[in-house]
Amino acid sequence: MSAAATDWREQIFETLKAHDIRQVYYVPDAGHSRLIELCQTSNAMRAIVLTTEEEAMAGTLGAWLGGEKSVTLMQSSGVGNCINMLGLSKTLRYPMLMLITMRGDFGEMNPWQNAMGQATPKVLEAAGCIVFSVERAEEVQPTVHAATNMAFEGNQAVAVLLRQKLIGAKSFGKD
Amino acid sequence: MPATLHRRAVVKALMQDPGDDLLVVAGLGQCTWDITAAGDRPQNMPLWGGMGGAAMVGLGLALAQPRKRVLVITGDGDMLMGLGSLATIAAQRPTNLAVIVLDNEKFGETGNQATHTAPATGAPTERGAGTDLAAVARGCGIADSAVIAHDSDVPQLAKDARTKPGPIFRTVKVMTEVLPQTMPPKDGAYLKDRFRHAVLGTA
Repeated sequence: MSAAATDWREQIFETLKAHDIRQVYYVPDAGHSRLIELCQTSNAMRAIVLTTEEEAMAGTLGAWLGGEKSVTLMQSSGVGNCINMLGLSKTLRYPMLMLITMRGDFGEMNPWQNAMGQATPKVLEAAGCIVFSVERAEEVQPTVHAATNMAFEGNQAVAVLLRQKLIGAKSFGKD
Repeated sequence: MPATLHRRAVVKALMQDPGDDLLVVAGLGQCTWDITAAGDRPQNMPLWGGMGGAAMVGLGLALAQPRKRVLVITGDGDMLMGLGSLATIAAQRPTNLAVIVLDNEKFGETGNQATHTAPATGAPTERGAGTDLAAVARGCGIADSAVIAHDSDVPQLAKDARTKPGPIFRTVKVMTEVLPQTMPPKDGAYLKDRFRHAVLGTA
């Protein structure tokens, strides 16, 4: 990891790069926007924009069949779009690394996010994923590093939840 | 116009030599039996689930193996469930990827109910929407998209699918047939390891 990276979003990028992640599947999210930009402009990675998050579960399988490591960046609502496809990792035993920015979590101001946000860790665990949760900036890099190792050394689905205590809640004009 | 093409003959023409290094992903249902009937081989990845995902497995694989040709062979039901992936593929422009949809206008595994690609007119149990998947693919940005309906076009289809700069998309209108279920291995972890061993030399 480069010594210059002090922002946790940049630390994630450096960690993914150090692990030789080549394919980055994403549906945009404000919490991931800086990381997505870094991946889009990297020569070492290919950023793949999706129409729905479940495309990433299949894309990740294809990448692994071809010998490349991948990651999926999405919001917690996207986890709901993936449920059937999440099971592929358990069935085929291939690595599936997911970095998930939470909504419907601490201080959420849009109640339409709450149901899926609260269900996110349960859904992931029910489908066989290992789930880590991060609330403090200094825990981001070590957690992403550990999750990446567990995914690719264990042929395992591993999700890191970046909680709203870390990323903040969108205010919608209210404080 | 009723389809006249036999799906097994089309798949056999597409796959040709089982000894070559074409990488083949088949969508769940009949396409997995089709590629297995053409010759089970380690470079085949028949999907037994993950409906809607065949084209995306092909994309991830094509990006990871840019020097090998990747062929996705799937059905209209699977493709309809993953229409957005056509836009995702178009955005990546993989030159080594061909997506072939064997379109019999039916959900074959569940009792041959009409899919959206069936004509919009007809009895309630037979009609769909007349959805033209090649037009959808073209509209998503895969410029080289076409419909194949005649026996005389199959040799060119096979040539294009295997060699033409991609991404290319073909709808192949096939008959609804009752065929032997020539099953590939069912264990997903085994299929994945077998494939990786053949392509990468390590599981």
